Amino acid sequence: MDEKATNLLDVKELSIQFFLEEGTVHAVNNLSFSLKPGETIGIVGETGAGKTTTALGIMRLVQSPPGMIVSGSIEFEGQNLLDISEPEMRKVRGNKISMIFQDPMTSLNPVIPVIDQIAEVIMLHNEGTAKDAILKAEQMLEKVGIRIERAREYPHQFSGGMRQRVVIAIALACNPALLIADEPTSALDVTIQAQVLELMKDLKVEFNTSMIMITHDLGIVADICDKVAIMYAGNVVELADKYQLFRNPQHPYTIGLFNSIPDIKKDEETLKPIKGLMPDPTNLPSGCPFHPRCESAMPRCFEIVPQMVEVSQGHYVKCLRCTEGSAQNNKNEGGA
Amino acid sequence: MDNNTQNATVPKTKKPKKQSRFREVWKRYKRSPLAIAGLFIISCIILLALSAPFIAPSVDGMPGYNLQDWGNVRQFPSSEHIFGTDHLGRDVFSRIAHGAGISLRVGIVVITIGITFGITLGSIAGFYGGYIDNVFMRIIDIFLAIPNILLAIAIVAALEPGLTPVMIAVGIGAIPIYARTVRAQVLTYREQEFVEAARAAGASDFRIIVRHILPNCMAPVIVEASMGMAGAILAAAGLSFIGLGIEPPLPEWGAMLSEGRIWMLAGYWHLTVFPGLMIALIIFALNMIGDGLRDALDPKLRSGFSKRHFERLKVQAAQKIQEQSQATTVTKEGVA
Repeated sequence: MDEKATNLLDVKELSIQFFLEEGTVHAVNNLSFSLKPGETIGIVGETGAGKTTTALGIMRLVQSPPGMIVSGSIEFEGQNLLDISEPEMRKVRGNKISMIFQDPMTSLNPVIPVIDQIAEVIMLHNEGTAKDAILKAEQMLEKVGIRIERAREYPHQFSGGMRQRVVIAIALACNPALLIADEPTSALDVTIQAQVLELMKDLKVEFNTSMIMITHDLGIVADICDKVAIMYAGNVVELADKYQLFRNPQHPYTIGLFNSIPDIKKDEETLKPIKGLMPDPTNLPSGCPFHPRCESAMPRCFEIVPQMVEVSQGHYVKCLRCTEGSAQNNKNEGGA
Repeated sequence: MDNNTQNATVPKTKKPKKQSRFREVWKRYKRSPLAIAGLFIISCIILLALSAPFIAPSVDGMPGYNLQDWGNVRQFPSSEHIFGTDHLGRDVFSRIAHGAGISLRVGIVVITIGITFGITLGSIAGFYGGYIDNVFMRIIDIFLAIPNILLAIAIVAALEPGLTPVMIAVGIGAIPIYARTVRAQVLTYREQEFVEAARAAGASDFRIIVRHILPNCMAPVIVEASMGMAGAILAAAGLSFIGLGIEPPLPEWGAMLSEGRIWMLAGYWHLTVFPGLMIALIIFALNMIGDGLRDALDPKLRSGFSKRHFERLKVQAAQKIQEQSQATTVTKEGVA
């Protein structure tokens, strides 16, 4: 992380908590990652790991109350997003950073024709007449592969895949530097998933957009991402280049994730799920949050909160056992 | 699914098709004969109101509804006076024609007052919630606790009898219903993902309320308005009946009813029957329109399924099959 100047997005020590009557929910804890222009990071984790909260945190859309960004900084194009005012933030949203939501069925307004919904975001962030915005919106529709004749139709007249295309058109209409996609394909069936992913990949290259891809599908990560952050209970437990992570997963949780994918070649009778459930975020376990489910937990894991350690070039892990082993490895390498 | 990806390159000759929501609603609205009847009756009453100055033009500065003829008092309906004449020899039909305009004006003004304040209060309360919601809704509750007609009587008594105070009084009484309706709608829509998406696109609160939430809330408000218009006309007529409404020479239907009722027992039925009938007609018509609109705007019926239409198609299909089978038997016989 030494090329800070070239980073588009630099999230440091971000913590987001929800203050509820039942207790404080530690949704995101000391999360750090960075993103270069044009790069795609995949954020992978179980339901409730804090992926969506992280995304909303970057957009500063965490519902408050009860949610609050308690600490950390989000540097975007050299500016801390947590310091700027709400009207300034509105100029960033949809313009510099835009977001694709999970369910295209509900993320479009049912009473506005799709073309107007695309034109709206253009009007919000660009000067110019409504006519220009409509023209630009038509171009966007074409880019995502929807015939112009259907521009004046309403969302309920479109299928799920086409709606997600419209959502993508809205998200990319202002040519944002960063696109946050929150499980953009989870609500679609597999063939449409592939189409939509392909489209996103093409447009990402065309617009040179950085992307945060939130997903729980490691297949999508392998397909579209440059690097991956594995999240568990609000923590990034492993952050690495895609190839490094797939070849050499370090954290027991990451290994567990890979093991729970069925392998057709091995002809297994049963899957190997990670035992246990995600801990209650109002009452996280002491030490490493993963230790109750970890097969290789040591007594020290119960007490010490592991820190992010670089085990090899660009490969960070938050695990006591892994870092000890690799520290030795590094020494050996250094010696040799 | 979509073969639009290929079609995107096809030259576009067709202009974007404008499929208006209005047409769609109309298609469903006209399925109900009662709703059409309601619309027809209201159209007739509007026509009557518009043609009142021609039916009964003013003579020597004396308005057409107050042309007294002391030689022809309390005449029963005849070819000359189709609705007869009242105790001052005024033509009842002329007065009813002029009264139509007053009733319609009362209805429209009351609904405008109710909708304007109701939507503003309701949407702010529903959108921001919490403290604001509590304050607004408790004020509304106070209004709701007082019976509408009592509230109107109190307000008119405090101001002075007359058409404008009546409209203001009934209008204030109408606010709570719209405020409650809109608030309930806003509460359901503000949590929808498309609102979050609009926020993520950089829209301000005002824009989200006005452009994204309110258009979704309009269906029940429109229905409420057409029904509420009937209520408003009835309330205004009631106020006039008890003498708190309009000033005597003005031909308000409620006032006419009130004036005529002392002659009813003496056998002059036409003085009460015709104004009463008109009140009943306009209220029936508005209620039917409200019912029709409710069905037409119901999102659950959006598919456009009509049972009668379906039955007709079924019969046609059955006939076709029969004809075909007959035709084949004929050809078979021919071959044989």
